[in-house]
Amino acid sequence: MMEKELAVVNGLVFDPLNRIDGEKLDIFIRGGKIVESVGKKARIINASGKTVMPGGVDIHSHIAGSKVNSGRLLRPEDHRKDVEPRTRHTYSGVGYSIPSTRTTGYRYTKMGYTTVFEPATPPLKTRHTHEELDATPIIDKGCFPLLGNNWFIMEYLSSGRVKECAAYVAWMLKATKGYAIKIVDPGGVELWGWGKFLKGLDDPIANFNITPREIIRGLCKVNKILNLPHAIHVHTNNLGSPGNYRTTIETMDAVRDLADEKKPVIHITHVQFTGFSGSSWLNLGSGAPEIADYVNKHSHVSVDLGQVIFGDTTTMTADGPFQYFLHKMSGNKWTNGDVEVETGSGIVPFRYRRSNYVNAVQWGIGLELALLVKDPWRVFMTTDHPNGGPFTSYPKVIAWLMSKKAREKTLSKINKTAKKRLDLPSIEREYTFGEISTITRAAPAESLGLKNKGHLGLGADADIAVYDIDPSRTDPEQSPRVLRRAFKEASYTIKTGKVVSKEGQIAGTSYGETFYVESIVSPSLEADLLKEITPKFKDYYTIEMDNYPIAESFLKNPSRIPCKSEV
Amino acid sequence: MTEETIQSVVCTVCGCCCDHLEVKTKDNAIVNVKNACAMSTSKMLGYMNERLTQPKIRRGDKLSNSTYNQAVDSAARILAKSKSPLLYGWSLTSCEAIEVGVDLAEETGGFIDNTTTTCHGPTVLGVQEIGESSCTLGEIRHRADLIFYWGANPVHSHPLHMSRYSVLSKGRFRKSRSERTLIVVDVRKTDTAKLADVFVQIEPNRDYELLSAIRAAVRGDEIEQDEVAGVPVERIEEIAEKMINCEFGALFFGLGLTMSAGKSVNIDAALSLVRELNSKTKFVIMPMRGHFNVNGANNVMTWLTGYPYAIDFTQGYPRYNPGETSAVDLLAREECDSALVVASDPISNFPLQAAQNLASIPLMTIDPHETPTTLCSDIVFPSTHVGIEDTGTVYRMDGVVLETRKLVDPPKGIKSDVEILRAILKRLRTIRRLG
Repeated sequence: MMEKELAVVNGLVFDPLNRIDGEKLDIFIRGGKIVESVGKKARIINASGKTVMPGGVDIHSHIAGSKVNSGRLLRPEDHRKDVEPRTRHTYSGVGYSIPSTRTTGYRYTKMGYTTVFEPATPPLKTRHTHEELDATPIIDKGCFPLLGNNWFIMEYLSSGRVKECAAYVAWMLKATKGYAIKIVDPGGVELWGWGKFLKGLDDPIANFNITPREIIRGLCKVNKILNLPHAIHVHTNNLGSPGNYRTTIETMDAVRDLADEKKPVIHITHVQFTGFSGSSWLNLGSGAPEIADYVNKHSHVSVDLGQVIFGDTTTMTADGPFQYFLHKMSGNKWTNGDVEVETGSGIVPFRYRRSNYVNAVQWGIGLELALLVKDPWRVFMTTDHPNGGPFTSYPKVIAWLMSKKAREKTLSKINKTAKKRLDLPSIEREYTFGEISTITRAAPAESLGLKNKGHLGLGADADIAVYDIDPSRTDPEQSPRVLRRAFKEASYTIKTGKVVSKEGQIAGTSYGETFYVESIVSPSLEADLLKEITPKFKDYYTIEMDNYPIAESFLKNPSRIPCKSEV
Repeated sequence: MTEETIQSVVCTVCGCCCDHLEVKTKDNAIVNVKNACAMSTSKMLGYMNERLTQPKIRRGDKLSNSTYNQAVDSAARILAKSKSPLLYGWSLTSCEAIEVGVDLAEETGGFIDNTTTTCHGPTVLGVQEIGESSCTLGEIRHRADLIFYWGANPVHSHPLHMSRYSVLSKGRFRKSRSERTLIVVDVRKTDTAKLADVFVQIEPNRDYELLSAIRAAVRGDEIEQDEVAGVPVERIEEIAEKMINCEFGALFFGLGLTMSAGKSVNIDAALSLVRELNSKTKFVIMPMRGHFNVNGANNVMTWLTGYPYAIDFTQGYPRYNPGETSAVDLLAREECDSALVVASDPISNFPLQAAQNLASIPLMTIDPHETPTTLCSDIVFPSTHVGIEDTGTVYRMDGVVLETRKLVDPPKGIKSDVEILRAILKRLRTIRRLG
């Protein structure tokens, strides 16, 4: 049987990695890959007058695992207002801010997104994360194990044993089938295990003789030793407190000397939440200009936004102490889930209000960051779903970035003092279609080291989004509504060479791959590691070490990315 | 003769999911179990007792032997004809089986509910109001210096809970029993209460009052009564002081709290008390989940539908309204026109009216053993034991996920829950397609 062939013809293509910026091009597909040409019998998709981009890549979206599911359980009121009835081709489900797994897959697909990473999985509960990822249809995915409060890691690093720490992290990534090193409020979550709070990057962490700075630096070194495809993915200390933009800059600067010429060595995630200036809630301001300035001057850093969307959502992070603080501040219900030896989590429903001074400033910080960071290859579009707002709000963010008019319209409705104190009204920059393609696909794919994603060159995975908008005839500045409509629902979403949705209709329930990395360390180092951690494991955990690692066969469609470590 | 010793075996009895069992097998039979509690040992050594060996279909008054194919076909036909079938059970099987169960429920357009409905259902309702300050059991083992069991008797219900995870365990920061205080609240002096440093005997059905009084004391409010729920106010204040002054407190609660008068309101009060305590110290709370995978049932249903139990697919999308869409209520109102029970025995456990209705509608059961429910059924599928004859994923009471092991082969020809459910789903879809 002939392999299915497909041709997407006459579309205006935005493929930033291959420096294609709106040219009319035909894209050919065979065997799930982009190829040079196809036969005459290929199915033709006429994209004339439409925008063609690689499938969207979301580097940071909480879609699966124990805390996401605790959030779902906590909020029946969130689901009731947003239901998805069963159709001939799809299973039913619910939204809104924490959709059920199938609805998550379908909704990303409809928007033209084909790859999504769950950025915070407690290693001990990662089996749960994989069960949910496996129940999330169509998209490819992966997850980042939380390693910034891990007892073994803190002990290795406090005694200066970086090489052994690297071997341990390699073992953890293999055991959890994880993709990257995630650090959340390093040391702060361990202290939260005692109900205590940590403030500075150099505060000692009780019982472990180490500071957050040392954890971040140590894991940055480990990341390099293991040659992992992504940088360390950091949620800084002090998230959500006024003046924390300084912590963000200090955190970036803490690894400046570890810079690598090829690519960033640290990714600061949802930087909006750690971009507050001021010393209290009353004089809170945007630290975006200072952060953007640092990012513009230092190529060792990348960031993603964590853009705030006005409306109701569910906040959830591994930052247990922050979530408790948010509960105290909002009075809303609160779930906490500390995880032995490793990490924690918290969940609080939250409504961002335009009229609220702090929320309005937060909204401005995210957009300022996107507009002030000059290099679109180092700033990625996220809402830190669902923390800033649900991922289904991405079209709104695109419209704000591409249209000053859209921003002005929202600015006219937000808290007046916030508007006065933000730089946003004076920022003229508007993103181009090419830049949007960069920050939503090309750049995050490159940051993740996914060589076959985020572009449409020969050999790339045939993950493609066709949007019903003609850049040659649309003035984005004047047409925010057209932008929002176009990016809300792709005309076609193609995944691995198959049309998976057309104008909001899902073609069926298939399942994508789960990426994980395996960094191979020397057998002798691994043997020494196992000898050392086996007895400790019994002391630290309440499960047997035999039952900890997740076999590859546990995953529905695993895709292993090997890397060669230096140890 | 083949002998094998299998280590790190996950127990499939209660919500503790102890995973340190050592099982010896000989000629495809379990001959010895180490490290297990009495309940676990009894299951491991007795799992072959009263097994169903053959699918059965009711003909007149009698269940007669049949085949899986015939039974699958008949079950699919019943479900195809039903307008609102109930799929019930799920807490004693694997997550893999539960996933197929949810798809089957959606396909039939009926209801799916799990045993949470009769145990910690009120806990879920409480959590949905208040939230829950919790953690994994290892956090309690390492850090807790104050432990409560409220309306729970783990010595009998979760025999290794205290030694593996709480008051008798050895943690990083708590090395011995003397470094922890145990407070037990119950209506009678249970065997757990006998081990307590402080035993609080509460009047039956007065949990809400006592929890509220403790919360008032924690807040520093004056309590004007001399006693609340049979407990002197001085005692209540003492308890509040202990809670405030501990470094890390943990409150475990059982059905004594969820099923006493007040139900979900009791849980509200307990959750609120623990939440309040976090402004003064560290405090967590955890329900003592009963079956080994009831938490898995809640989790799978939640990620597929948004709701942990009592799910209604009759509108074509998931709805949830316990009291209306929960199994006992549906049956008591005679709303279901057939039922499929998987790994549960509701005929023994449900209120009479619900059980009577269940027995009166076409009833299909999948179970390894003969039970009162299988005896009342119209179609019976024998199945394998998860964690003994088959692998499968299970969720411990704190959400730690474990992959159970296959220790021995099942009796010849016996299929797993997953296989049976998939076959019914496939057959049902074929019948639907052919009209």
